[in-house]
Amino acid sequence: MEVELQIADLEQIALQIRRDILKMIYAAGTGHPGASLSAVEIVTALYFREMRIDPANPCMPERDRFILSKGHACPVMYAALARRGYYPVDTIMTLRKINCPLQGHPDMKKTCGVDMTAGSLGNGLSIGVGMALGARLNDWDSRIYVLMGDGELQEGLIWEAAMSAAHFKLSNLVGIVDWNGLQLDGRIEDVMNLNPLSAKWQDFGWHVQEIDGHSLPQILSAFERAKEVTDRPSVILAHTVKGKGVSFMENQVDWHGKTPSFDEMKRAMLELGEDWNG
Amino acid sequence: MAEVATRIAYGLELARIGDSYPDIVVLDADISKSTNTFHFTKKFPQRSFNFGIAEQNMTAAAAGLATMGKIPLVNTYAVFASMRACEQVRTFICYPNLNVKIVVSHGGLAVGSDGPTHQGTEDLGVMRCMPNLTIVSPADGPATRKLLPQIIEHVGPVYFRLGRNPTPIVYDHSEEFTLGKAKLVREGKDVTLVSTGIMVSECLKAVEMLAQRSISVRLIDIHTIKPIDRDAIVAAAEETGAIVTAEDHNIIGGLGSAVTEVVCETKPVPVERIGLRDVFGESGEPMALFDKYSMSARYIAEAAQRAISRKENLR
Repeated sequence: MEVELQIADLEQIALQIRRDILKMIYAAGTGHPGASLSAVEIVTALYFREMRIDPANPCMPERDRFILSKGHACPVMYAALARRGYYPVDTIMTLRKINCPLQGHPDMKKTCGVDMTAGSLGNGLSIGVGMALGARLNDWDSRIYVLMGDGELQEGLIWEAAMSAAHFKLSNLVGIVDWNGLQLDGRIEDVMNLNPLSAKWQDFGWHVQEIDGHSLPQILSAFERAKEVTDRPSVILAHTVKGKGVSFMENQVDWHGKTPSFDEMKRAMLELGEDWNG
Repeated sequence: MAEVATRIAYGLELARIGDSYPDIVVLDADISKSTNTFHFTKKFPQRSFNFGIAEQNMTAAAAGLATMGKIPLVNTYAVFASMRACEQVRTFICYPNLNVKIVVSHGGLAVGSDGPTHQGTEDLGVMRCMPNLTIVSPADGPATRKLLPQIIEHVGPVYFRLGRNPTPIVYDHSEEFTLGKAKLVREGKDVTLVSTGIMVSECLKAVEMLAQRSISVRLIDIHTIKPIDRDAIVAAAEETGAIVTAEDHNIIGGLGSAVTEVVCETKPVPVERIGLRDVFGESGEPMALFDKYSMSARYIAEAAQRAISRKENLR
């Protein structure tokens, strides 16, 4: 981007992306609003400020990569890609429809700008390890960002990946945990406790930062600090609120995979500053 | 017959041609001494990564490497690649059609003494269900060496199935192979043996046994199980009227199933299948196991005679 966007601009984009998420899920009649809304600031910061990418040249080899390991949150990525100019904004209204590019979970071969297919949880960090090794072999300074859900950290493969990333000293790999504390069956600490999470990553040899995942300044400065770490991978544990931005969706496990009714949609959009009438 | 394990032929050839393919990256899961990739890793340490005993991580990382323009070769045993890392193969390699080569040793009962935990006897069935995946199973050392550059140059995922134990040499070093094209090993008219991997050499013994009974046998080597050479199978059905499949694998899901699917859809003729009859194997010497599980040459010859009888009864 030619002009670096300021925090206020990014906040406006984040708000727009929240509206897009709700509209596309409402149009699809299916999707995951809670997990998408909790990752809005993280994804906005990556696509509109942090990552070296070019929508006009989406396959530029030396670009940075983004893996949405928590693939069910793809509405947030689809909205960001649309708003960043990878495809027309009205494409998002075709989410999950037959013969359309926006699959229910990300498909790198069908959607312009998607760096990796995702959806089966726990796999993204391993793929990021491979990309980071590939960047190093190619002598590219690409950085690899992997956004994980907190629930998927229950998968053993995440920790195989964590071990190997530290072993290979992949300082070009940045993990981000969207730590909203909820998973489909309830609260993470009730279903399968992850704590002490920060200590786990540290013990696996990672540089760890804990931030407010809805604070754009904190997210951006965490990305900057990660760049200063040159001998190991970095993880950013981002405290977030599932359903963030819509009062009745916030911290409600029921909104993991539910579509709003017309009335709920109207209320939600009002909270996001739009007088929506379908 | 001279013998060499296909995993050894692979390891030596991979190291030999490594310079010609600078994009190759070799991934291991702690068994490079067994898969024989250690020859490559010694020669090309910068392009070799050992993931430890973590096949899922290795396989998913291979997908990531492929997106960066590399040609990763994932090395492990058939049981681990096809089952432990099955979902990584399916969702992150085959679904996005990434250029990853999955090279497995320890295909089949011929693993022998390690027993069923290490005998890959369901892998072909698992892998054959994967869209976009090419499946290759060379009969011997020379075939392994000739097919290796072809699988590297093929753009897309490949499953390359090798064996642990010495395999009789079937082919002269001058023989040529084409990915996707069945290899005619012996011409004949009464029945066709359709085989793959180590069982091609068992079939050759069966051909000799049957020749002594004045039975003329065609033998084709399906080194590429998927996509299968339908033309060669249809021609065998039309020209010999009886088929026996022979594979070191469960008769469900592998070569026998693949051939039967083609025959039933095109030119139905009697088919007999040789392989594990939907059971697990056990520890033992490979040849003793082939005898115990009715897979050795004499059982192939008996199956050929059954197929011919069925053909004649149809007339």
